[in-house]
Amino acid sequence: MSTAAATHDDHHDHHHAPTGLKRWLFSTNHKDIGTLYLWFSFAMFLSGGFLAMVIRAELLEPGMQFVDPEFFNQMTTVHGLVMVFGAVMPATVGLANWMIPLMIGAPDMALPRMNNWSFWILPFAFTILIGSVVMSAFGAGNPSAPNFGWTFYAPLSTKYGPASTDLFILSVHMMGISSIMGAINVVVTVFNMRAPGMTLMKMPLFVWTWLITAFLLIAVIPVLAGAVTMMLTDRHFGTSFFDAAGGGDPVLFQHVFWFFGHPEVYIMILPSFGIVSAIIPAFARKPLFGYASMVYATASIALLSFVVWAHHMFTVGMPLAGTLFFMYMTMLISVPTGVKVFNWVATMWRGSMTFELPMKWAIAFVVLFTCGGLSGLMLAITPVDFQYHDTYFVVAHFHYVLVTGAIFSIFAAAYYWLPKWSGIMPNKTLGELHFWNSLISANLLFFPMHFVGLAGMPRRYADYALQFADYNFWISIGGFWFGLSQLLFLAVTVLCAMKKGEKAPAKPWEGAEGLEWEVPSPAPFHTYDTPPVVK
Amino acid sequence: MATEKYYVPESSPWPLTASIGLFMTAIGGANFIQQSTMADMEPSFFGKPLFFLGLTWLLVVIALWWRDTVNESVGGLHSNQLGGSYRQGMLWFIFSEVMFFAAFFGAMFYTRWLILPWLSGEGSNAMTHELLWPNFQAMWPLTVTPAGDTTQAMGAWGLPAINTAILLVSSITLTIAHHALLEGKRGTLIAFQAATVVLGIIFLFLQVEEYIHAYTELGLTLDAGIYGSLFFLLTGFHGAHVTIGTIFLFVTLLRVIKGHFDEENNFAWEAGAWYWHFVDVVWLFLFITVYWL
Repeated sequence: MSTAAATHDDHHDHHHAPTGLKRWLFSTNHKDIGTLYLWFSFAMFLSGGFLAMVIRAELLEPGMQFVDPEFFNQMTTVHGLVMVFGAVMPATVGLANWMIPLMIGAPDMALPRMNNWSFWILPFAFTILIGSVVMSAFGAGNPSAPNFGWTFYAPLSTKYGPASTDLFILSVHMMGISSIMGAINVVVTVFNMRAPGMTLMKMPLFVWTWLITAFLLIAVIPVLAGAVTMMLTDRHFGTSFFDAAGGGDPVLFQHVFWFFGHPEVYIMILPSFGIVSAIIPAFARKPLFGYASMVYATASIALLSFVVWAHHMFTVGMPLAGTLFFMYMTMLISVPTGVKVFNWVATMWRGSMTFELPMKWAIAFVVLFTCGGLSGLMLAITPVDFQYHDTYFVVAHFHYVLVTGAIFSIFAAAYYWLPKWSGIMPNKTLGELHFWNSLISANLLFFPMHFVGLAGMPRRYADYALQFADYNFWISIGGFWFGLSQLLFLAVTVLCAMKKGEKAPAKPWEGAEGLEWEVPSPAPFHTYDTPPVVK
Repeated sequence: MATEKYYVPESSPWPLTASIGLFMTAIGGANFIQQSTMADMEPSFFGKPLFFLGLTWLLVVIALWWRDTVNESVGGLHSNQLGGSYRQGMLWFIFSEVMFFAAFFGAMFYTRWLILPWLSGEGSNAMTHELLWPNFQAMWPLTVTPAGDTTQAMGAWGLPAINTAILLVSSITLTIAHHALLEGKRGTLIAFQAATVVLGIIFLFLQVEEYIHAYTELGLTLDAGIYGSLFFLLTGFHGAHVTIGTIFLFVTLLRVIKGHFDEENNFAWEAGAWYWHFVDVVWLFLFITVYWL
């Protein structure tokens, strides 16, 4: 594919790699910034996971055990916010930072200083958000953290929101600034920094899916900014956006929020599609089946994501024509998604398959994400959604697509590219333990949620009716098990970071394709100072 | 194929320090807003100073950051490829701004086309109307809210029409300046760009007049119901953007006088011009949908 000589880069390393604290704080290097993003997102994953453990401890058995309902609400809210904005999104941005310049043969991201700003906003934004939980647990008078669910519907978040809501609003603004700058950087890098010969339709699918993700981010994060701005003025400056007495409507909030929120869920999953489309061909030793159709399917999913938002609001009271429109549009999304799943399976068909760690995670992704997709299709059907709405069935659905979907694919990516990042092969024993424990515990955790949800157990309550007790016990066991299993991954990554383990060659996976495998492992500080020529 | 090397800046302290500025602005801002709008807050005095410290900090850091960028540009470190990155980045930034305004325009059309008719009983909402505010009548601009607050509407053909003319003329003067820049006519460029800046300042001045008129004579305020909410947030965010645009054009005017731009190397100038035209177009939509129709 490429003729770039790896040794080329060493001669150009004339400005020395900065060292110490300055290297990380003031970085303009896409690899270091990618590393920062990845560690940050992992820290957020563990923090958000800790909040989930509190939720599952409370729900282990019926009745009130450890926390009061008010604090429970804060746990579900901040768990969701931290996982969406702190764990999944920054993890995929970290992957984009590390891999896109390597994959398209660029020396760095197009706008390196802005890249660093995108990252460094995040720790401050999450200090504000998580700080409100710390204050709620330990501060004088226990001032409430945000407690209205991660969707922060008005009027719960406007008229009835706690004082910390204003801090929450401003931290969302900060996350938004970070996301928009990060996304602009990706789009410009892809359009302007490709090596000669790297035409758009030669780009690895991970680059394509991130390009489309970045477009979605630029289009909808400003709408989220608009939503929280309206919240702030409703709370403090007397406006009536979400207050019917002044001619507004609380439902308006839901429309504005989900106009952001639905593309947002594809923002979290599209990069995963790119990851899996890189890994499956590598371990099936066959080129990706239907490359062009994958690109078009991704673009179709992105475009459709703008016209399906109200399927989150079927029960709120919309005109019949509205619900029908949003139902059919939502069901239509299963067509391009089906194309993708078909292509992954067809890539594996009659391939010379081996099952190294990245491949295990990728296959688990394909199967379990499809499960989550199918329950999504059930939820799309308006009349039955009246039964499922705001039950654990919905919780099961979005945890299948986000945990066994997005997060499993991020693990796949980590095991696949850790040799390139660190120069060390991830520890196989720990990795296998991590995979099997996660796979079994995640299903024990999330699968029974379908049953209790269909039986009518509502989400976001600190207690439940007795008939749900057995299922919830096992769900909680699955939850603790899944949570503990992630410490194995911490061990894997720390070993790689400490350079303990088997050294990785430039191309550790026999069937892997792409420019990133042409540079040594670990990838040198600067790569592709002069662009490679892609044939 | 570009043979020049792409300019990757050395490590820079500005991103981290700018984040610290944002952090102070956010924490101070939340406290400042609560202190100044909520009667039952425990008094605390860190919010206001921290907010203004954070804001000043942020502006100083951004100025220093852009000073670095300007010095690199003047020092010839920027390749054509980097110019392309800057230009594309600016266009996508403007697209994000368009989507920000779209949220508020969307809220306005949702209010006008759906919320207000429903509150007055249209569709399947007869009982809503009957049970909540049976006397409510849908109208736009909404001068009587369901709760009974009243206001007067802002007419289109006074100051707003004059302001429309001012922005349209400013668009023309800026385009003349743009052509002058590309043809190397320095005198014309400076004269017409200065005229654009002056027109921007006049616009802002008249907008303040209009707000005073709204508050003191029309009873049109932020808490006058959804019409006031939409009016002030749409025109207010637009005014904030005109302010930024005016400063932008003023800075590039100073840089024109210093001789920073030529026919080839003029990204910052063009970015300012694009931004100005974007702000103009937003105003045209505002004038038609908020003031006129």
